[in-house]
Amino acid sequence: MKIAVCIKRVPDMETRFKIAASGTAVDAAGLKYDMSDFDGYAVETALQLNEKQGPGETVVISLGPDVVQEQLRKALSMGADRAVQLKADRVPADGLAIARALAAELQGGGYDLILFGRQAVDSANATVGPMTAELLGLPCATAVSTLEIANGRATARRDLEGAAEIVEFPLPAVVSVDEGMPRARYPSLKGIMAAKKKPLEVKPAQLGDEHITIEKLELPPERAAGRIVGEGAAAVPELVRLLHTEAKVL
Amino acid sequence: MANMFAFAESRGGALRRVAFEAVSAARALADASGSGEVHALLAGAPGIASLAPELGKYGADVVIVVEHAGLANANSEALAATAAERIRSGGYRAAIFSASAQGRDLAPRVAAKLGQSMAADVTSFGLAGDALVVTHPAYAGKVIATLRLTGSPAIVTLRPGARAAVEAPRAARVESAQPAADPGASKVVVKEMIAGGGAKLDIGDAPVIVSGGRGLKSADNFKLVEDLAAAFGNAAVGATRAVTDDGWRPHSDQIGQTGRQVSPDLYVACGISGAIQHIAGMRNSRTIVAINKDKEAPIFKVADYGIVGDVIEVLPVLTAAVKEARAKG
Repeated sequence: MKIAVCIKRVPDMETRFKIAASGTAVDAAGLKYDMSDFDGYAVETALQLNEKQGPGETVVISLGPDVVQEQLRKALSMGADRAVQLKADRVPADGLAIARALAAELQGGGYDLILFGRQAVDSANATVGPMTAELLGLPCATAVSTLEIANGRATARRDLEGAAEIVEFPLPAVVSVDEGMPRARYPSLKGIMAAKKKPLEVKPAQLGDEHITIEKLELPPERAAGRIVGEGAAAVPELVRLLHTEAKVL
Repeated sequence: MANMFAFAESRGGALRRVAFEAVSAARALADASGSGEVHALLAGAPGIASLAPELGKYGADVVIVVEHAGLANANSEALAATAAERIRSGGYRAAIFSASAQGRDLAPRVAAKLGQSMAADVTSFGLAGDALVVTHPAYAGKVIATLRLTGSPAIVTLRPGARAAVEAPRAARVESAQPAADPGASKVVVKEMIAGGGAKLDIGDAPVIVSGGRGLKSADNFKLVEDLAAAFGNAAVGATRAVTDDGWRPHSDQIGQTGRQVSPDLYVACGISGAIQHIAGMRNSRTIVAINKDKEAPIFKVADYGIVGDVIEVLPVLTAAVKEARAKG
């Protein structure tokens, strides 16, 4: 199958973030970057599908400045065949602008399957995948935790709150992947060497209008310091008393 | 004045709590803009119209009822087409969906159909001139973004539980409508619905969540977590990513950055060290209790009350004490 995977470069979420002087971005000093977790699952899913189902092509696409080539190279070193950077000086806050640029690239590309992560772990919007599907007029299943493909049709599970549904749809289609899908493999040394010779094409991103601006970023209020009630089972009566009289949740 | 649209999410012929939250949010926007009306879209199998008065209770002036056998299960393509058509023709200032699994699936498609940008997973919102200004937790909940969305209608998904539904009763007028696309022609078809186990509370709805981590040492020991949840009576069971990765619990139970984000009245973290991954999913809980044998564990930094000890010894004692406290009332 010809599979496209759209990936995003994001900072490591373990970081203690600081807000930049502009007030509208996080301070980039000292940040480490990787592809978003779910996007890693999407790359892995594509590679496994093509490994299992015989000859295919996995194309990774990322929108942003030249630094996104780092994540594209990582996907190539995992085993993707080629990469496309949709060059923009920054990643817009407006998901529709991103979806338009991706749809313009994907349109007419002959892809059987277009994969996204459920959401980017930094901006956490989960909008670009289904918007791109809509712009392309393709069937779409979001946040799937299983995906099977046979005879040009896909079957996937979507976990809903407190329930789940099994959906079926024809290819070509757009799918966004959630927990439950395979974790990204670590690139092998051979993979890293091979990735250096794989094609990485750079094109301008056709973003169009933007209607979302970041007014400010803030750190959420810290939780007030708690207290250690005591040690071991002996502390239970005091805890229950506090939950009853102070927190009033019991 | 301006009218607002709300999508009233239902499942299995019943409205979900997030439906009332969406209607109530639309009510607040309509009131803030003057004397606007709230129009709620209620779609489902024939018979769903009987739920319309429930939406009136939370401030819907009009309930647009779309009944079709092909809408018995969530049918995103037909629903997106129907919502988009109504929003286009209705001249609304804003359209509110829930940031639930269904709302997050639906709203971006509606936005793309309408060529409108949207704000996702917002925790607060307000109209400011020609813009809708919203807050949205980003960077694993470690940064709160204030975003300015221009264009009308403003399409928004509202984080479940972020804003409680407020009663604003009125007798809603019912208006019948047809699906804007044939539900039978949808390419994505729900083959099977897997119910979440009858009366079992979902982690998004439960006022109390008892959650377990690797400190429980085995899948079998999750029985201790379930027992404590049962003792509370109104509790659901959650888990860390490490635990769902190991297959001790299903992925749908995972609370954290890559799982569900919850904000119950009480969160009891059992044998959870408190990795960022997990904290991102539960830091907005009202009261947090942590039981962990390592007194340096980061979970104690966000917990209101901590017990340093082996969760396997502490849990049965806590379960018995909670039962006793609840029996006393």
